[in-house]
Amino acid sequence: MTVWEKLRPYSMVAPSIIIFSMFFIYPIFYMIYLSMFDWNFVSPTKTFVGLQNFKELLLDADFRQVLSNTTIYTLLTVTLTTGLALMLALWLNRKGVFHAFVQGAIFSPHIISLVSISLLWSWLMDPEYGLLNWAIGLLGFGKLEWLSHPSTSLVSLVIVAVWKGVGYNTLVFIAGLQSIPKDIYEAAALDESKPWTTFMKLMLPMLSPTIFFLVIINMIGSFQVFETIAIMTQGGPINSTNTLVYYIYEYGFRFFKIGYASAAGVILLGIVGILTIIYFKLLSKRVHYR
Amino acid sequence: MKAANETVGIPAKGAVIGGSMTVVRKKQAAWKTAVNVILQAANVICLLALVLIFALPFVWMISTSLKTMPETMIFPPEWIPSNPVWHNYIDAWNTGPFLKYFTNSVIIAVGILILQMATIIPAAYAFARYQFAGSKLLFGVVMVTLMIPAQLIFLPVYLELSALKLLNTHLGLILPFASSAFGIFLLRQAFMQISEELIEAARLDQASEWKIIARVMVPLVKPVLVTFTLFSFIAHWNDYFWPLVMTTNETARTLPLGIAKIREVEGVATWNILMAGNLILVAPILIVFFFSQRQIIRAFVYNGVK
Repeated sequence: MTVWEKLRPYSMVAPSIIIFSMFFIYPIFYMIYLSMFDWNFVSPTKTFVGLQNFKELLLDADFRQVLSNTTIYTLLTVTLTTGLALMLALWLNRKGVFHAFVQGAIFSPHIISLVSISLLWSWLMDPEYGLLNWAIGLLGFGKLEWLSHPSTSLVSLVIVAVWKGVGYNTLVFIAGLQSIPKDIYEAAALDESKPWTTFMKLMLPMLSPTIFFLVIINMIGSFQVFETIAIMTQGGPINSTNTLVYYIYEYGFRFFKIGYASAAGVILLGIVGILTIIYFKLLSKRVHYR
Repeated sequence: MKAANETVGIPAKGAVIGGSMTVVRKKQAAWKTAVNVILQAANVICLLALVLIFALPFVWMISTSLKTMPETMIFPPEWIPSNPVWHNYIDAWNTGPFLKYFTNSVIIAVGILILQMATIIPAAYAFARYQFAGSKLLFGVVMVTLMIPAQLIFLPVYLELSALKLLNTHLGLILPFASSAFGIFLLRQAFMQISEELIEAARLDQASEWKIIARVMVPLVKPVLVTFTLFSFIAHWNDYFWPLVMTTNETARTLPLGIAKIREVEGVATWNILMAGNLILVAPILIVFFFSQRQIIRAFVYNGVK
């Protein structure tokens, strides 16, 4: 083997590894470093403050609300999206042109820009002339203020997220359902097992890797919600929809408190990191088990 | 479907057996068929209602985009504007430098895609086909990157790009995505499935490694490359967050930012202009989706699973 042949694999992976190190790996460490400083971005000197930023963050009532908003938003979005998607998948898991059309229709919001979806839903949820108030009016309900009232704003954002995500989740479930071997159903039918029993004892366990995959990626995604908030509510009214990434964005780019924003970023990193580790731990267990 | 056919089949079977079937059983069979027909119809109606939940917002967007402003303020709303105002699209386009936004979007999405192809193919091939010291560690870097979302690290990357004088440039928006951990991961799987004999045969022909990759391996993984292309292009065409954070003026801003800005230019209540602009952004993607629905769904769904 010549030297060149030995070096070849390294030269092939080098461009990618350099990009990843520069724009993904190094920034993580840089952010952790920055979180321990007081810096306004313009001043030439950074002041070391240790863990002061974290202390301030945790004492800040606004930040605590941001954390609770983000958690409530995530739990609602993930439960509703995954639960509805599983039901829809059981219903729509059939071949044929019509079902393919229905599947395509519910999937379509997934490939639309979040900007479009946010603008469209701001209009649908308009308190005066919005289509949604007209639709609930048909069902006999009074007008709602949706995004403009702190008691409904966060739930309104959850509705948008579920509308966007449920189709994708459904199709992933359908893919999971189709990977279950057919003879298992036949065996269950021979045993005259009831549909509910077949679902609980057979399909649900077989689907558990899919459920798990979706719950985790939905959680990681929801914890980073930004676009809908930036366009639809700007964190308001009265901080009721302010979430982690939007908070970091505002502190970094509006108030120029880089160290403080970085500390909030480190907390988000911790949350996403823990979720990711849980995912891989359980994933490897499953692989062993099989 | 299946159940309905089976029950429909019962009277037919009875007819073959002849007189053995009583009138009562015939009635029962007819009753069962009727119930099934009703259930089928109910199912179709529910399916259509489901489609409406996802289609009506888009129809509403088109309808609004063709209204005058006073027409948007009628409640209960009207679905079909009496005099479609096509001029709204021109008004939306004229709220900002839209030709520039559009060109920027194309340059950035295509630029990212070309660089990604150039970086992920060799990297994926090396990870799939060569054994080299440190390959596990380097692949670990890929896997960690796969798990780091851009939303997490925008602040330090902004400072980095600012230090490199790359803010407000196309290159600044392209470079962080010049390779894709997801792409490497997908392609590596595909390369690993190609049989060793095929490569040995090509090697015997004295073909160089690069030639083997370009002429033999890449054509074999073409479906995966198509999948990745759709995935990458749609993701970066739609992206709002990254260009928003990494630009401070109009020079490198993209279409989604321009659309979101209509609201600031035109005021909050001009929903007709806003929806017209929105349609300019959505229409290309929806048209592409209409024609390549199966590939797109495969690109997003089946690769998500494995």
